Amino acid sequence: MRLVMERRRETPISLMLISPMIAVALTMISAAIMFALLGKNPVAALQTYFLDPLSDSWGLQEVAVKATPLVLIAVGLAVCYRAKVWNIGAEGQFLFGAMAGGYIAIITHGSTQGPGLLPVMLLAGAVAGACFAVIPALLRTHFGANEILSSLMLVYVAELLLDYLVRGPWRDPAGFNMPNSVVFEAEATLPLLMAGGRINIGTPIMIAVVFGFMLLMGRTLKGFEIRLVGEAPRAARFAGFSETRLIITVFMISGALAGLAGVLEAAGTVKQLQPGISPGYGFTAIIVAFLGRLNPIGCLFAGIFIAITFIGGENAQIMLRMPLDATRVLQGLLLFFVLVCDSMLLYRFRLLRGAAA
Amino acid sequence: MARGMDHAPEKGYTPVMQASPPLLAAEGITRRFGALVANNAVDLKVAPGEIHALLGENGAGKSTLVKIIYGLLRPDAGRLVWRGAPVQVETPRAARALGIGMVFQHFSLFEALTVAENIALALDGAGALEDIADRLAETSCAYGLPLDPRREVWRLSVGERQRVEIMRCLMQDPSLLILDEPTSVLTPQEAEGLFATLARLRADGHSVLYISHKLEEVRRICEAATILRRGQVVAHCDPRAETAASLARMMMGGDVVPIRHDVIEAQGPVRLAVSALSLPPLHAHGIALDRICLQLRAGEVLGIAGVAGNGQDELFAALSGEELAPHDAAIIMDGVAVGRAGINERRRRGAAFVPEERLGHGVAPAMRLTENALLSGHATNGFLCRGLVDRAKLADFVGKVVRAFDVRKGPADPEARALSGGNLQKFVIGREIERKPGLLIVAQPSWGVDAGAAATIRQALMDLARARSAVLVISQDLDELLEISDRLCVMFTGRLSPAMPAAKATRESLGLLMGGAGMAA
Amino acid sequence: MTLFEAIILTIITASTPLLIAAIGELVVERAGVLNLGVEGMMVVGAAAGIAAAISTGSSGFGVLVAVLAGMALSLVFAALVLGLAANQVAAGLALALLGLGLSGVIGAPFVGVQRAGIGKIEVPLVSEILVIGPVLFHQDPFVYASIALVIAVWWFLRKSRAGLVLRAVGENHAAAHALGYPVRRIRLLAILFGGGCAGLAGAYMSLVLTPFWTSGMTAGRGWIALAIVVFASWLPFRAMIGAYLFGALTILQLHAQSAGVPLPSQFLAALPYLITILVLVLIMRERRGGAAGPASLGVPFVPDR
Repeated sequence: MRLVMERRRETPISLMLISPMIAVALTMISAAIMFALLGKNPVAALQTYFLDPLSDSWGLQEVAVKATPLVLIAVGLAVCYRAKVWNIGAEGQFLFGAMAGGYIAIITHGSTQGPGLLPVMLLAGAVAGACFAVIPALLRTHFGANEILSSLMLVYVAELLLDYLVRGPWRDPAGFNMPNSVVFEAEATLPLLMAGGRINIGTPIMIAVVFGFMLLMGRTLKGFEIRLVGEAPRAARFAGFSETRLIITVFMISGALAGLAGVLEAAGTVKQLQPGISPGYGFTAIIVAFLGRLNPIGCLFAGIFIAITFIGGENAQIMLRMPLDATRVLQGLLLFFVLVCDSMLLYRFRLLRGAAA
Repeated sequence: MARGMDHAPEKGYTPVMQASPPLLAAEGITRRFGALVANNAVDLKVAPGEIHALLGENGAGKSTLVKIIYGLLRPDAGRLVWRGAPVQVETPRAARALGIGMVFQHFSLFEALTVAENIALALDGAGALEDIADRLAETSCAYGLPLDPRREVWRLSVGERQRVEIMRCLMQDPSLLILDEPTSVLTPQEAEGLFATLARLRADGHSVLYISHKLEEVRRICEAATILRRGQVVAHCDPRAETAASLARMMMGGDVVPIRHDVIEAQGPVRLAVSALSLPPLHAHGIALDRICLQLRAGEVLGIAGVAGNGQDELFAALSGEELAPHDAAIIMDGVAVGRAGINERRRRGAAFVPEERLGHGVAPAMRLTENALLSGHATNGFLCRGLVDRAKLADFVGKVVRAFDVRKGPADPEARALSGGNLQKFVIGREIERKPGLLIVAQPSWGVDAGAAATIRQALMDLARARSAVLVISQDLDELLEISDRLCVMFTGRLSPAMPAAKATRESLGLLMGGAGMAA
Repeated sequence: MTLFEAIILTIITASTPLLIAAIGELVVERAGVLNLGVEGMMVVGAAAGIAAAISTGSSGFGVLVAVLAGMALSLVFAALVLGLAANQVAAGLALALLGLGLSGVIGAPFVGVQRAGIGKIEVPLVSEILVIGPVLFHQDPFVYASIALVIAVWWFLRKSRAGLVLRAVGENHAAAHALGYPVRRIRLLAILFGGGCAGLAGAYMSLVLTPFWTSGMTAGRGWIALAIVVFASWLPFRAMIGAYLFGALTILQLHAQSAGVPLPSQFLAALPYLITILVLVLIMRERRGGAAGPASLGVPFVPDR
C-alpha cells in the first residue's frame, strides 16, 4: 500500500474558498481539545479567545493596534513569497525602520519640529527598511547565496545594532541609565484617530496599503510580473521579465513595508526606542502571510485573526489563568492546518496497492 | 510471448558472417502507446564483439526499442533472446544482471560527490568505497578513459562526466553496452577517445549497440546497422559497405517529391538576417552555435530541419532574445541590429515567438488564458490603460483568438493547463498570429498535436506568409517542413547548412545533411 | 579555579547545546530538508525533559522524554514536508511556533521548581592535571555525548554507505529516486534524528545548564544552530568549531567591557552572524556557480511514480 500524490489539473474555486475555513474550523476543534486537557471549560475558553476581544470598543481598538504592524509586514512578505523569494528577515527590516525614524525624532528632540516631521520619519523608516532588505537581495543575485539564511542572520545584526544604539549613543541621558531613547515629542508621535482611544493613523495607513497592494498585485503589470516569476520562471523570461531586477524589487518592497511598520510602532505605540520594541512581529507576520494565502486582503483577515488570538490570549491569561503560550499553540495549529488544506488543494491523494517502485 | 510472424520485408540485406549465435536477438518486438505504434514487429540481432548501429530519424522508434531491451518498458508482443535463451527483462536491474548496460543521452550525476562515490551509488552490489575507487582507476585506464576517482563531479567537463557514466556501466562488466547519441556532447577529440574505447571493448569481446544519427561516425566504427523508420525495420546492413547517401536514403525512405507546387521565389524585403552567430551552450547537455547565417524574406516560410539536440534550443533562444548574442549586428530585424536587445524590444519591432515547450515556457500552466495573453503581448498589444491591465481588452483578444483558431476551451477563462495539447498549441500560435507580426519564429509547431489541430496550425503559418510576413519554422518533423516551407536548411551540431529551395529538396538530401554529411567542416 | 579556567568552562556549557542541536540539523540539511523549527523542538525537549524529571525524580528518564518529545514534534514536521510536500519554510515556522507554545503549556506547572542538575562525570587521576584536567575530563555527560555525536556523524557521512546515500539524496533527489533509493524514508530518518538531537539539546538546558524551567528558555539558540550549520559548510567538525566560536563570542562579549576591549560588545556578538554571511558568499565562489550546500536543500520532493 502506498500513498501517491498527483497534481490536480485545475484548482476548483470552491475548494480555494472553503479550505481556509476548514483550517479555521479544525483549529477551533483542536484548541477546544487542548483547553479541555488543561482542565478549562472549552466553550468558555473559545469565547474568551475569539469573541471577547470583539465584544467592546476597547477590545476592538486593541485588535486594530495589534493587527496594524502584522498586516503591513505580511502584505510585503506576501509579495516576496509570491515570487518565491523567501525573505525571513522582516524582523530586522522592521527594526531598521524603527531606528531610522527614531533617529530623526531623537536629533530633532527639543527643537521646534513642525508638522512635516512625521512624514519625514515615516519615509525614512520605509527607505531604511528597503535598504536593509536589499542586502540579502544582492547577495542572492550576485553570489547566489540562499536568502533564507542571509536575511535571517541580518535579523540578529539589526537587533544588536539597536541594542548598541539605545544603550550607547542614543540613550536618554535623563533616563536613569535605562536602555531607552528619549520619549518622542508630541510632533514626533502618531496622532490618535479619536481622543482617548488607542487607534492611531497607523491603522488607516495599513488599510490603504492593503487596498493599494490589492490593486498592484491584481491589476498592474508589475503584479503580474511578480506572480509569473514565482509561478513559471521560464515563462517569465519569455515575457521579458528580468529575474534579477525582480528579486531586488520585491525585497525592497517588503523591506519598505516592514520598515514603515517599524517606525509606526516606534512613533505610535511605544513612543521611544528600546531593545524590545518588537515582540517578534517580523516572524509572526510570516505566519500571517501564509495564513492570508499570500494575497493582501487575505493578509488583512489573517492579521486581524492573529491579533484577536493575541488579545484573547492575554484575556484568557487573566480571566481563565490560561498560560500565555497557549496562544502560540493556537497560531501554530492554524498554520499547520492551513498547510495541510493547501496541500489538498494542489494534489489529489490516492492509496494504491503494490510496493513502491 | 507470441513470436511475431509477419514482419516487414527486409530491404538491402547484406548477410554478415556469424560464427556464433547472436548475443542479443530481438524478435518481432511490438509496442504501442495509445494509437501510436512505436515499434512494429522489430527484429534486431547483435553479434558478440560487434558494434551495431541503430539508425533512424526522430520518432522512428529507436529509444522505445532500447528501453525495452533495458527493461524500462515491456513489449506488447515479441521476445528478447539472450545468448540463445529467451528472457524476460522486467527492470533495469534485471537487464544489468544479464549483462546489459546503458548510457543515456541525458544523464544526471551527483555534482558535489566524487567520481568514485557517484559510481558506488549506481552499482548494484555493495562494496567498500576504497575498493571501488581502486577498481575504477584500473578499469578506466584499461579502457582509455582516465578518471581521478577522488575528483568531485562538478569540476568535470561534460565529456569527462560522460566517462563517469560509461565507467559506471563498464564496472559491472556488461556483455552489451547501449549508447544513446554519445557524441552529441563531445568535442572531436573526446569523440576520438570514445571510439578508441569502443574498439577496445570490441577487442575484449563485448558488443555495443550504438544509437546515432551521425552517418559518418556510424560508417566509421560500426560493422552492422539496423535502420528503423516509423517503427519498422527497413534495412539491416553493413555501414562500411554503404555510402552516407545510401544510408540516408534508407533512413528517409526514397525520393518523395514534395507537395508544394506554388512555391514562388520570395521577392520581399529581408525581414531577418543572421550573420556569423555563435553562442555557447545553454546548459550542460546543450550545443554551441557555430557561425549561423541565414536570411529570411517577407512572404516566405523558411524551415529548419534537424535531429533534436543539435542546437535548435540555442538558436531559438538567440533569435527570441532570451539569450543575447555576442554582437548587436549578429541578428538584424528589418534592418535594425537587435542582437543585444531583449525579447520585448524585438516584439516591438514586429517579431513574435512560439517556443517548443508550451507549459512552463510558452504559457504559465496555472494562469488563465487572459493572463497568458498578457504574457507575450504586454509590450505591444495595448493591454495596459493608465498603468492598469485592461481586462476587457484581454478578454476581447482571447475571444478573437479562440474564434479564429477554433480553440476548444470550455466556458469562461480556464487555466492554461486545463486545455488539451492541440487546443493549447492553437491558442499559443493564435495569440502571436493575431497580432499580425512581420516576423514569426516558431519551434515544433505541431509536435504532440492531433491531426486536425496540426492542419489548422500549418495552414495558419502558410496564410501568414502569404500575407507578406516572414515565417521561420524549426521542426523535427520533416513531413511538416516539406509541406509548408518555401526554403529549407538543416541544423547539425550547432551549424546551419545553406538554404535550398523546397522544390529541389529530397528526403535523401535532407537526411544526408541531418546526418552530418556534406556540412562544411 | 582561575578566571581563565572558569571562562573555558562557561564557554563549554554555552556551546554544548548549540553543538548538539547543530549536528542534528546538519544531518537533516545534508539530506536536503531545511528545518526552521529547530527552536521549537529544542524548547519542547527542555520542557518535557524537566517535567518528566521532576515528576519521576529521574534525570535519565527526563533526558529520554526530552529526546522523544523532540522526535515527536519533528515527526509532525516530516508529515507536512514529506507526506504533503508542504512549503518547508512555512512548515518549519509552524513547528517552531507550536513547539514554543506547547513547551510553555507543558512547563507551566513547573515554573520555578528547582531540582539538582545532572552532575559532572569525573575521570580519576587525569582530571587532576592542571588547567586541561578539569576542562577535558570533568564534564557532564552531555559534553562527552556532543563530541561523540560529532565523531559519529562525521564517520557516518564520510565513511558509511548509508551516509553516502543520504548525501546523494540531499544533492539530487531526482537522480537518487531514479536509482531506486527511498528518498522519503531516508529524509524521515534524518528528520527524526535532527528532532532527537534538538530535544537532547533542550534537555541539556533544563536539566544541566539552569536546572529549572522558564518559558522560552532556549532564547533563540535553535536559530543560532541553523547559522552554525551554514557557517560549518555542512561539515561536522567545522560545526564543532562554529558552535564553540558562537559560544565563546557569547561569553566573551560579556567580559569584554570589563576587560577594556574598545569594541562595543554588541559588535562582538554580531561577529558570528556576519561571518556566517561571509561564509555563505565564499562557498558560492568556491563552487563557481554550483549550489551552496546540498543542492536539493529546501526543494519539495514529489515522486512521479
